[in-house]
Amino acid sequence: MKLIDQTWELFKKEVVLEWRSKYAFNGVLLYVVSTVFVCYISFNLTPGFDKSTGYKVVWNVLFWIIILFASVNAIAKSFMQESKSRLLYYYAIASPHAIILSKTIYNILLMSLLSILALLVYLVFFTNTIGDPLFYFLVVILGSLSFSTVFTMISAIASKAGNNGTLMAILSFPVIIPVILILIRLSKNAMDGIERSLSYGDIGVLCAINAIVLATALLLFPYLWRD
Amino acid sequence: MKFIYQTWWKVIVVLLILSTFITGLILPVPRLPVLHETIRNLYFHVPMWMGMLSVFSISVFFSVKYLNTGKEEYDLASVECVNTGLVFYTLGLITGMMWAKYTWGEFWSGDPKQNSAAIAFLLYCAYIVLRNSIDEEQKRAKISAIYNIFAFPIMVVLIFVLPRMTDSLHPGSGGNPAFGKYDLDNGMKLAFYPAMLGWSFMAIWIATLRYRIRLIENKRNSIN
Repeated sequence: MKLIDQTWELFKKEVVLEWRSKYAFNGVLLYVVSTVFVCYISFNLTPGFDKSTGYKVVWNVLFWIIILFASVNAIAKSFMQESKSRLLYYYAIASPHAIILSKTIYNILLMSLLSILALLVYLVFFTNTIGDPLFYFLVVILGSLSFSTVFTMISAIASKAGNNGTLMAILSFPVIIPVILILIRLSKNAMDGIERSLSYGDIGVLCAINAIVLATALLLFPYLWRD
Repeated sequence: MKFIYQTWWKVIVVLLILSTFITGLILPVPRLPVLHETIRNLYFHVPMWMGMLSVFSISVFFSVKYLNTGKEEYDLASVECVNTGLVFYTLGLITGMMWAKYTWGEFWSGDPKQNSAAIAFLLYCAYIVLRNSIDEEQKRAKISAIYNIFAFPIMVVLIFVLPRMTDSLHPGSGGNPAFGKYDLDNGMKLAFYPAMLGWSFMAIWIATLRYRIRLIENKRNSIN
């Protein structure tokens, strides 16, 4: 299969490029750690907050907001770092589907790694209140997958339209709000240790949104990238 | 697409809408708890969404056509359809809020249906912002066509699928019955279906007018 070969080669190239500089990874990791630390210090200003009733809700929502902004920062770079001549080179050697697929897969990998590390750092600083850790972990992986599929397409659009951060935020937030609402509901269920079978419907909706986004991205990217 | 420029269907649209003002306000309606006479808003609230949905669908159709052919007229048609759709969107939100005030108690009660309608509104506002951020015409047309096609399925999921999955006070969601199934009696159908049809075609009519104005402007601004 030509498409799979091309995707695999481009994916390897992404990983090698990132491995050489480690710029995106280290940068976003530092961003996450410092955000968590700032939150930790700010919450410590109110003594006894971790015993209060709202603590679990804040814990969960705060984690997702940190991951959301980290992923906007991480994935916005994926098309911006490409120079015009390099894009022209890809245009000559690979199919557009291979490019968007390899970027998406690479971003999924990057985001999964980052969010697992972020979860670990978060657990170190904030008292662990998760009732069903394995399921919470699964939700975090699902979340990074959804963020990657949505943001990769949006960053492709934003990079064509002048490449500014404001546009990326404006374009992506309406799309990401339903995703993050479902994720927060799912992870709250995991936190309270609610029966897993009750969450299957939400997981289904999340997968359906991902499928729609990925399908439209594959359909539309061939029109988007050449100019 | 010849019929879009003909008069007969516009006359029918005006008659349909005028008829719903009479039948919708005069014909008897079933007396239901909570709803009472506000049920007549059904003839005005739901058709707004129908109108919005029809122009947004047409706009996606023209976006696809633009991507395939690259003709500027298709881009103009699709953006004017979105502009008209946004007007109907706002009207739908306002009529919905007014209805919510009398039945749910507040203009905005944070109901899932209201919230996701607001999010989808942002989605289309982002389309307008995206268009304004690019100066080069062909690039603007291409990128906004792509975003329009991308936004449409997400809008459908947001407004028509997600609220149905959760507990919402809105009919058709969270186990609440929708009107069609259970209490839309024959008298109401007489006013409801013409209203749906009439307002959808009204939206299309406004969009074509705006498109034709845009074409003339475009012709005057072009250098030959």
